[in-house]
Amino acid sequence: MERTLTNFIRALRSSEVRVSTGEALDATRAVALIGYADRSLLKESLGCVLAKSEQEKQVHDRLFDLYFSHSESTPKSDSSADESQTADGEGQPAPENLVELMQSGDEAAISTAMERAAEAAGIDDIRFSTQVAYYAQQIIKQMGGEGLQERLLEALQGRSPESDAEAQDLIDIRRDLTMRARERAERAFDVFGAGETQQFRDDFAAEKRLNALDRYDMERMKTLIAKIAKRLAVKHSRRRKKRNRGQLDVRRTMRANAGLDGVPFNVIWRQKKKDRPKIVAICDVSGSVAQYVRFLLLLLYSLADAVPDIHAFAFSHRLKPVDDILADNEFEQAMTKIIRELGMGSTDYGQAWSDLKVNHESIIDRRTTVIVLGDGRSNYGDPRADLFREFAQRAKSMIWLNPEGRPLWGTGDSAIPRYLPFCTQMSHVATLKDLERAVDEVLSAYG
Amino acid sequence: MAKDISTGYEPLTSIEAVTSGLSTVGYISTREISTSVFLAHGLRKPILIEGPAGVGKTDLAQSLAKWLNLPVLRLQCYEGLDEGKALYEWKYGKQLLYTQILKEKLNELIGSADNLSQSLGKLASFEDLFFSEQFLESRPLLTAMQQPAGSVLLIDEIDKSDEEFEAFLLEVLSDYQVTVPEIGTIRANVPPIVILTSNNVRELGDALKRRCLHLHIGFPDAARERLIVQARVPDVAETLLKQLVSFVQGVRETDVKKRPSISETVDWARTLLLMHASALDENFVRSTLNVLLKHESDIAAVSKEIPRLVREAAGPDKAGRTSSGYPDLG
Repeated sequence: MERTLTNFIRALRSSEVRVSTGEALDATRAVALIGYADRSLLKESLGCVLAKSEQEKQVHDRLFDLYFSHSESTPKSDSSADESQTADGEGQPAPENLVELMQSGDEAAISTAMERAAEAAGIDDIRFSTQVAYYAQQIIKQMGGEGLQERLLEALQGRSPESDAEAQDLIDIRRDLTMRARERAERAFDVFGAGETQQFRDDFAAEKRLNALDRYDMERMKTLIAKIAKRLAVKHSRRRKKRNRGQLDVRRTMRANAGLDGVPFNVIWRQKKKDRPKIVAICDVSGSVAQYVRFLLLLLYSLADAVPDIHAFAFSHRLKPVDDILADNEFEQAMTKIIRELGMGSTDYGQAWSDLKVNHESIIDRRTTVIVLGDGRSNYGDPRADLFREFAQRAKSMIWLNPEGRPLWGTGDSAIPRYLPFCTQMSHVATLKDLERAVDEVLSAYG
Repeated sequence: MAKDISTGYEPLTSIEAVTSGLSTVGYISTREISTSVFLAHGLRKPILIEGPAGVGKTDLAQSLAKWLNLPVLRLQCYEGLDEGKALYEWKYGKQLLYTQILKEKLNELIGSADNLSQSLGKLASFEDLFFSEQFLESRPLLTAMQQPAGSVLLIDEIDKSDEEFEAFLLEVLSDYQVTVPEIGTIRANVPPIVILTSNNVRELGDALKRRCLHLHIGFPDAARERLIVQARVPDVAETLLKQLVSFVQGVRETDVKKRPSISETVDWARTLLLMHASALDENFVRSTLNVLLKHESDIAAVSKEIPRLVREAAGPDKAGRTSSGYPDLG
């Protein structure tokens, strides 16, 4: 029974529920208190010991059902009848036994034997869906499938009506057995492998170029971005106070010690409160950059917990705020709308800066981090670097995320070299990882 | 193991005992809640309760203490809460006062010394006098450790405290002991049942979560909510109870900023009772909606839905018939 529990915990870990050794021990103790008899009680108890958030709880409940569904029919301790039936077939059961077993129709006995074979085949090590067939084969082998095969061959060579009938029976049995073994292996994959496969795919997607993503990836990216946003939010939502040791807060010290005859027992130092992040994202939504904008905005808006103060502007020719569109619509629809409304003109950075200056100048103050996402290709128009410089001087920092690599900066109609001197940082953003790093740096500056 | 001391936790023998025990003090438990309480006692672990405001997180601790007849020690967390407020503090004032009063006595004693080192030695021997339990102001955490028959320690809204305080709690929660440098380590003879609540204002640290059992209390289903309202407002009539609960359940499904919680349902039931209502009615609902919903925009949004919600709450058997068991509101 210990093994049942440790394997279950391993399955949880592979699905990103972090279970510590201490929690595993707690689970053992909880089981000792509760017992295995009442399944739903066991589920609730393990849930409250092992899962530490709503999300983990969902994963736990799903895995619990999957994992314990196969133990349902094998209450190992109180089924001595089944034990004796399979006990003589320990190790490599004789083929007769397998055939008899399958023909008996005794579900409990069959699944007990199946469980044994699965365990002997090391099914808990399954990682990838491609291994399902292999493990199914192993299970059949452990149950004595080779003997069955031999008998089947003999029967097929028999050339008599009886042996034909027997062969037919054996073929049916083999099909049934294969099906059950596959089912068992698939379930094992769901429990142990699915989480890791997911992880593997996520890692892969995070490193893929953003403009090379297809529709199938989009869904994955969304959950991935939600995960990244959560990670960043946890990291940056911590309220840290900076203590300025050495700077006495005289007023508060006197007040705190008024009851102590003014003798300063409790000394209070001045504290610096950290600024709340304020982000203004200015996004070029012309065709070449739109895909990147989608991810940046999705990430920024998923960060609402950590960064309540986000404003977004989009432009290709004229610049407009898009906060309302994003707030009122489903994200995908909002993006389509933004691109339809603003993404059609020919890109003009100079015009965008002057729109920002005229209509929204006050939005940039010394707490603001301005994130510009664009390639700086302004169709040879005046880039108005003077305005850009003004914004950069006023803002806390000016971060430029460029989907183009460094070698392309300044080639053709790219006005990047004109802006570069005023940027706090200009970085090449091609993958989701780059995006995460950039946003992480922006938020860290407020620490 | 420590010798058997009689504790206040004896009634916690099984999950059913917890459920029925809590119901005697008017707390309608679910099996999930009872299971965590039972496990918390069995494993000696704190329970971390999360969930929306007003679903009975704090109330669980209060009811548990009431049922077990134990003191409940409440530590309300807030930004800037520190050890001095949570654990112990020296009674500086008293110490000063005593030194002043005993000044002459001290002079006398020290004065009789021959040389400096002797008087220093004498002075040092008084030190322990002033840093003894007599001058120790114990705060909730320490008090909880000192209860001879156990206690319920409620650490409310832990998510509002600072990160440092959370780290400091770890020692207290894993060993049930606190260290006062001048006195030594104070260990709880009978560990308290610890209940932490969180409204998820910020994500709690992993280390703290790992040391706790996790319990999520969500909004109750209609049956449980009826039981709760009945337990809290026993005078409310059967029909009204059914209708008001299903109305609230309906409101929760609409798109409101702050969904009404159990405490609001109970308040609303009290309000309706005060107004002598015997059945839900559109006018009644309209005039008392502010008890249930706390945002102007929510009230506006739900107001439009009132006819539908009241109709649904009245149930299929009453559809199309308006109830009129109320005095005129004019």
